[in-house]
Amino acid sequence: MTDFTSPAPAPDPGPLPGDLPAPAEGERGRSLFRLALRRLVRNRAAMAGLFVLLLVTLFSFAGPHLVGHRYDQIFTSYVAVPPSLEPRPSDEHLQDVIETAARRGRVTVGDFTVSGGSFTATLNSEKTIDPRATRYIDRTDEFEGTTVTATEEDGRRLRIAGTVAREYFPFGTDSSGRDLLVRVMIGGQISLLVGVLASLVSLVIGVTYGAISGYLGGRVDDVMMRFVEILYSLPFVFMVIMLVVFFGRSFVLIFLVIGATEWLDMARIVRGQTLSLKRREFVEAAVAMGLSDWQIIRRHIIPNTIGPVVVFVTIVVPKVMLLESFLSFLGLGVQAPLTSWGALISDGTTTMQAAPWMLIFPSLFFVATLFSLNFLGDGLRDALDPRDR
Amino acid sequence: MPTLFAVVTISFFLIRFAPGGPFSLERPLPPQIMENMIRAYRLDLPLWRQYLDYLWNVAHGDFGPSYIYRDFSVGQLMMQSLPYSLQLGTYALILAVLGGVAAGVVAALRQNGIVDYLVMSVATVGVTVPNFVVGPVLSLVFAVLLSWLPAGGWGDGSARFLLLPTIALALPQLAVFARLTRGSMIEALRADHIRTARAYGLSRRAVVVTHAMRGALLPIVSYLAPCAAALLTGSVVIEEIFGIPGVGRYFVQGALNRDYTLVMGTVVLIAVFIVVLNLVVDILYAQLDPRIRHD
Amino acid sequence: MAADAILSIRDLRVVFDTEDGPLEAVKGIDLDVEAGETLALVGESGSGKSQTMMAVMGLLAGNGRASGSARYRGEELLGLSPSALNRFRGAKITMIFQEPMTSLDPLYTVGRQIAEVVRRHRRVSGRAAHTRAVELLTLVGIPEPERRVDSYPHELSGGQRQRVMIAMALANDPDLLIADEPTTALDVTVQAQILELLRDLQQRLGMAILLITHDLGIVRRFAGRVAVMRRGEIVETGSAEAVFTRPSHAYTRMLIDSEPHGTKTPPPSTAPAVLEARNVSVDFALRSRGFFARGAGTMRAVHGASLRLKAGETIGIVGESGSGKSTLGRAILRLLPSEGTVRLDGRDISALGRSGMRPLRRQLQLVFQDPYGSLSPRLTVSAIVTEGLLVHEPGLTSAERHRRAGEALTEVGLDPAARNRYPHEFSGGQRQRIAIARAVAIRPKVLVLDEPTSALDRSIQVQIVELLRRLQAEHGLSYVFISHDLAVVRALSDYILVMKSGRVVEEGPTAEIFEAPREDYTRTLIAAAFLTTLGTAAEARPQASGDTPER
Repeated sequence: MTDFTSPAPAPDPGPLPGDLPAPAEGERGRSLFRLALRRLVRNRAAMAGLFVLLLVTLFSFAGPHLVGHRYDQIFTSYVAVPPSLEPRPSDEHLQDVIETAARRGRVTVGDFTVSGGSFTATLNSEKTIDPRATRYIDRTDEFEGTTVTATEEDGRRLRIAGTVAREYFPFGTDSSGRDLLVRVMIGGQISLLVGVLASLVSLVIGVTYGAISGYLGGRVDDVMMRFVEILYSLPFVFMVIMLVVFFGRSFVLIFLVIGATEWLDMARIVRGQTLSLKRREFVEAAVAMGLSDWQIIRRHIIPNTIGPVVVFVTIVVPKVMLLESFLSFLGLGVQAPLTSWGALISDGTTTMQAAPWMLIFPSLFFVATLFSLNFLGDGLRDALDPRDR
Repeated sequence: MPTLFAVVTISFFLIRFAPGGPFSLERPLPPQIMENMIRAYRLDLPLWRQYLDYLWNVAHGDFGPSYIYRDFSVGQLMMQSLPYSLQLGTYALILAVLGGVAAGVVAALRQNGIVDYLVMSVATVGVTVPNFVVGPVLSLVFAVLLSWLPAGGWGDGSARFLLLPTIALALPQLAVFARLTRGSMIEALRADHIRTARAYGLSRRAVVVTHAMRGALLPIVSYLAPCAAALLTGSVVIEEIFGIPGVGRYFVQGALNRDYTLVMGTVVLIAVFIVVLNLVVDILYAQLDPRIRHD
Repeated sequence: MAADAILSIRDLRVVFDTEDGPLEAVKGIDLDVEAGETLALVGESGSGKSQTMMAVMGLLAGNGRASGSARYRGEELLGLSPSALNRFRGAKITMIFQEPMTSLDPLYTVGRQIAEVVRRHRRVSGRAAHTRAVELLTLVGIPEPERRVDSYPHELSGGQRQRVMIAMALANDPDLLIADEPTTALDVTVQAQILELLRDLQQRLGMAILLITHDLGIVRRFAGRVAVMRRGEIVETGSAEAVFTRPSHAYTRMLIDSEPHGTKTPPPSTAPAVLEARNVSVDFALRSRGFFARGAGTMRAVHGASLRLKAGETIGIVGESGSGKSTLGRAILRLLPSEGTVRLDGRDISALGRSGMRPLRRQLQLVFQDPYGSLSPRLTVSAIVTEGLLVHEPGLTSAERHRRAGEALTEVGLDPAARNRYPHEFSGGQRQRIAIARAVAIRPKVLVLDEPTSALDRSIQVQIVELLRRLQAEHGLSYVFISHDLAVVRALSDYILVMKSGRVVEEGPTAEIFEAPREDYTRTLIAAAFLTTLGTAAEARPQASGDTPER
């Protein structure tokens, strides 16, 4: 058994008496930001997280333009079909469909062949076939543009040709017959947007509030922080539910409300930072130089607060996305046919026995995104605060 | 007290300024009845009067009648549902704290080892998977597929019924505790006085348990109150999924039906809980940290 | 190997795995500690002296590895499992650390912590261990040991905590006590007491002491033998006598010579006063917790202090921590609200607000103790040094400012090419030069120097002292020099104020204060300073005092 030890930074090799070895003229130093970036780039988990996040974003925002389906397009022929990489309908299924359609037109189907996106078939009947019988075929989702190419045996046999409307549903469809792939993409857009926008709202409120409270200090600080303490005791999630129920379920309201409830931690962090920065000697030196409050805030306070704030944002975004999904579960999220990952997941839980893919795909994306944010956040914290390494 | 006052005030006015009222839903009532109802519930008085009345009543423990469950007072509904939520919440809290702290300590002692990565990965999953997914999945596996446990309901309140909802409710918080404990434990193990303890040949157990863990517990204790609040929130979902007649369900139904007094009642009740918990945490903290005790 | 060596170290190496590859902190050293002797391991920060002993005690950080050999009475310690090592740690070999504030567990009483160590190594009852704890506290001179045994560390002063650490170290009658900079974090008067205590205990109990320190004054007075470390290697070993009188290595000579010496020639008595403070008092509001509990009272940090600073003069302000010397320094710069009057060039500036002071800030500047905290980590050196020009010469182009930064850096002896770098890329001494460059870049008249050398190694201190002298001579600067280090103050000041508990208890020209102090307090301060620095250095080099080195 080894003695437990924590890695600590190696001792400073120590200054040598005398001056710095002359660096080349004009050489730029390595700023803390660059050093942090270098540490971040070396952190494999964080970089993997970043990569996944970029992929998911690309998937959600560029994806819908590449897939032909709209998110609210209903395919009545394909309700709750399982995911498959094969195009739908399958050849056997097409056979079934055309036979059913033909039966409606009181004809029978002779040989039926599909090649690529088109098909040919022969229709037989004891009587003369009305060419309008092809309409029955066009009426299905699967076939269109059916034309009669030849009439044989006095019109008792028609050769027809047309195109097959083939659809790909790699993620399957939902219980209304909508393409789950596109819905996961759209849901991703909503979830990511809510996550980012709500975090921005909390960032703006929190940073402003915290910086003012910390910089002014004294009695103002006391009052402002007392207020935060009271808000901490409010059952906030319940407040969110109340707000959403009472004021309606618009997208804007959702992220505003969530943002407005998540700024407390941010305010506390920024205030703490500002307070400790104010006591730092370089700020006192700036005061002794005669710099104005604004110059000090701009040159000294803000740049030194950014690190913790960035790290905190990576914590808030997942929190916000979870909160949004929670609202969706209660049926208080964005309204159908628009959707979010949370809404898709909560739909999925109700059908998971019969149609597990409706739970699996949105959950996969949701969890992967939160996971990546977590890793990225941990990586950023390690990179910005090397003490932890 | 000022906190409770603020909670009552903020939620009272929030609710009242929202469009719609308890009787404006569904089919409209005949105007005569509507008027009688409004008078009966004193909704015709000016808002500030209603507010003062409400404050007065709440201060005397009277949460008023429910608008929707017309035969019950809010107090009665609370008393009915509270024991369920409380029991479930307590079990979940215990599970989350014990499990989370144990996992966190183990991970910290094996920092950057396989166990550490394993524990932390599981914890991250716990934090990121919403508990309305965990709940149904658990019930699918253990109730439907394996038929080991009942799928829902309170039943006789025995462990068979409570096991799944407790786990589903506790899991995210357990994960938070694990992460928190790992962090503060690593920090604690790095303290100068730990070096002293090692330099004086104290056993590994003494160093870890007596010296590092007690210090590391402080941030964990202060997370107890927010955790309890989170459990309450979680219980809304879990009670819904497992069909447990607790406070959370009443809240959601109350909110959806604009049952002013019921919503207010739940919010106040929960705020009382949070305030009391904060108090308990402060006392506990002072017990653990002599520096605060002597201030 | 010496016959009665209790600890013998052979070819010890310590390597740390860092982000930038392995870093060898200790590069194969040999060292013997004999029973009952006092051996000093001397070196400047980063020389590897602490890591050597950490390696022996099995206390290296997780990314550190030790190789070679370290034997206690013939038994190999390196590579032992922690539980095997625990037979020695805390019983035969014990250690006290630099930071008495954090070395004790804040959550347990000191009695419990001592008793825990006793019971770990001996089979005794809890009651017996408690009795032993009281006995040990008595031994190390803690007043009211029966009561103090139940105190928590935060209820004790820094000196008392270090005594508790010593009590813990003695608990099991060790053969060897390793003291790692035991007095560095303490006030000078307390330092002297702790050293006396160690010496006294050693004579009574007969254990060997290995003293790790950077302070040659302590070494000279305290140690029988000396080993000098530099960059992970031992460059010289020998009796203290021999090392101090006939240092064989150039580095040792440099260390010995790095005592600040020389005195300052006072400005002519006709020199005009630049800064005058009369009856300055500073109050701090004691903030109580709780919103409604208003103003729990005030604490008077400075009581009616006065000073008159002439052009080209240096006034030294000395005193222990908490004596109000830094507060006074800030009050005369009008960085803190104060009572009394402050005049700059005869103009009363005590009533000026922040904007009123702004144009005058140019003439009054401040240099801080901590060169790590006083430079913003996110600005380049150029931006830091020219910060004052933003306010006082707002018309300058950025190219012009950049050029001025280069000039200022050259002036303080730094390479101007380094101006695009960031503070964290510089050593402590270099940073202090940057801080000085920032202050002198706007050509002030008065510079308040708040312990500018205290955080630096001795050899660097001397360079900074020389730099300050040169700048003063070239620009006719006036200094207010705040320090607890009387050796440096004596080398730089014309006139000295001695402060205690916020009051100036004694003042006078430097020579008078040092030769004929009136107050007991001043005598204590000087005695303590002489113990750790001047006295011994003066004995070793009697010719050093008096003559001003070439500039």
